[in-house]
Amino acid sequence: MFKMDEIQKRILKEVAGLHTIPVGAYNFRVNGKLAGRSSSNNIEISGKDDGSGIDIQIKDGTVNESVHIPVVLSASGLTETVYNDFYIGTNCDVLIVAGCGIDNCGSQNSEHDGVHRFFIGKNSKVKYVEKHYGSGDGTGKRILNPVTEVKMDEGSTLEMEMVQIKGVDSTRRMTTAELDSNARLIIRERLMTHGEQKAWSKYRVELNGENSSADVVSRGVARDKSYQKLDLCIVGNAACHGHTECDSIIMDEGKILAVPSLEANHVDAMLVHEAAIGKIAGEQLIKLMTLGLTEKEAEEQIINGFLK
Amino acid sequence: MLELKNISFNVVDGDKNVEIIKNLSLKIPNKKFVVLTGPNGGGKSTLAKIIAGIEKPTEGKIIFNDEDITEKNITERANLGISFAFQNPVKFKGLEVIDLLRLSSRKKLSMDEACEYLSEVGLCAKDYIHREVNSSLSGGELKRIEIATILARQTKLSIFDEPEAGIDLWSFQNLIKIFERMRKEIHNSSIIIISHQERLISIADEIIVLAEGQIQYQGNSEEILPKIIGTKSISSVCNKLK
Repeated sequence: MFKMDEIQKRILKEVAGLHTIPVGAYNFRVNGKLAGRSSSNNIEISGKDDGSGIDIQIKDGTVNESVHIPVVLSASGLTETVYNDFYIGTNCDVLIVAGCGIDNCGSQNSEHDGVHRFFIGKNSKVKYVEKHYGSGDGTGKRILNPVTEVKMDEGSTLEMEMVQIKGVDSTRRMTTAELDSNARLIIRERLMTHGEQKAWSKYRVELNGENSSADVVSRGVARDKSYQKLDLCIVGNAACHGHTECDSIIMDEGKILAVPSLEANHVDAMLVHEAAIGKIAGEQLIKLMTLGLTEKEAEEQIINGFLK
Repeated sequence: MLELKNISFNVVDGDKNVEIIKNLSLKIPNKKFVVLTGPNGGGKSTLAKIIAGIEKPTEGKIIFNDEDITEKNITERANLGISFAFQNPVKFKGLEVIDLLRLSSRKKLSMDEACEYLSEVGLCAKDYIHREVNSSLSGGELKRIEIATILARQTKLSIFDEPEAGIDLWSFQNLIKIFERMRKEIHNSSIIIISHQERLISIADEIIVLAEGQIQYQGNSEEILPKIIGTKSISSVCNKLK
């Protein structure tokens, strides 16, 4: 097993909440190389023949198991694209924890582009948690461009928690999903940008099967001179339910462009979108100050709550 | 003890200077349950905000427990022991009831302690502790949570701005009971409630009637109630609900 240094351990804790090797299946990637891998009886992780990434095969009926696939970049100037494919069988109930942390103390850009594809079998239930984190005081940028493609079979459920709240200079996130009948997709995205950071986040969810549903909610905070573009689209191709919501707090000289959109191609598609952008309400600050918090503490609590 | 000395508060409306509070002086001793009433627009909420530090008086001094707090900000006053319950409770996306109670008590409140405060305001803790303080809660629920945040603070002076406003009659009956209990259990603190409700006014140690920015009457309920019944200062609930 690869021995991690203190920086790598800290990043691993930020993105995967791990202090040590997790129980069950895992694949650790550190500075572009495999640092540890373990399969379980029901979950098999194998490298792709061309070395471009990994395949994760989860057997039918696997329940209460988890897979961790964190990526840590602590060397400056490293650029990589990794393809990870998840094949989840039928009637599973599993937790998948991914995430990437970059610590860049150097002058060259560090970039990790993860392409994740999910094939979720009939009646399976998956929770996917993805955290992105950046640190380091070098002039080199920390760049993350994740691509997530999801195909959901009949009756399956996917809950995605996508969090990026610190230290990533530039991110272009692209998520697409196709849902079969009775499939259910829930997305909760949390995005905070500061300094001169830029984030683009695009979702396109296609509800193809009868009674499929999607609830896509993105909450963002743009501080300092940062920029966010949120582009959330739900397409209804059958009798389905879709809801999309962009909810943002703007601070300092931040800029936010929210573009929720709906496309109905079936008369029984029921689609709703909402978008709101605003600064922290003065009365929220005052209420917390009457509880004894300073203005700065109040602001932190409001943002922490909003991004929770 | 709270003392207001010659407080004035003016606002500029177009090219006019409007006096909201006019040279008002007032003493609120410890262990008193005081109801501040009077017609709408008389300056009650402004006065409460001046005490909490949300508004700054144009003139005058505010003394709290022998300390001049006129120049102190909202946070400093809160930490000296002044609490303020909003007339329209503020909503927060993402903050849960337990978060707000913990921030109020300024300590790592245990679940049991938090539940205690919620049951005091008649909410079943199990159902509410992890609810977000947002628009999914009704006006009555938000009001009770607002009161629970004040209870959790356990401060020397608590000000409630029209706790009955915007809630249904059923919640109002329960609200009255909360304040009746507070009245009984008052120890080394004081409570100021801005209200038009006869039931609340009748349990006060002292009633202050504020009209046009000045104190019109001040005294105990026996003295003052007969003077204000039937005026715009007071309203009673339907007889069937009494």
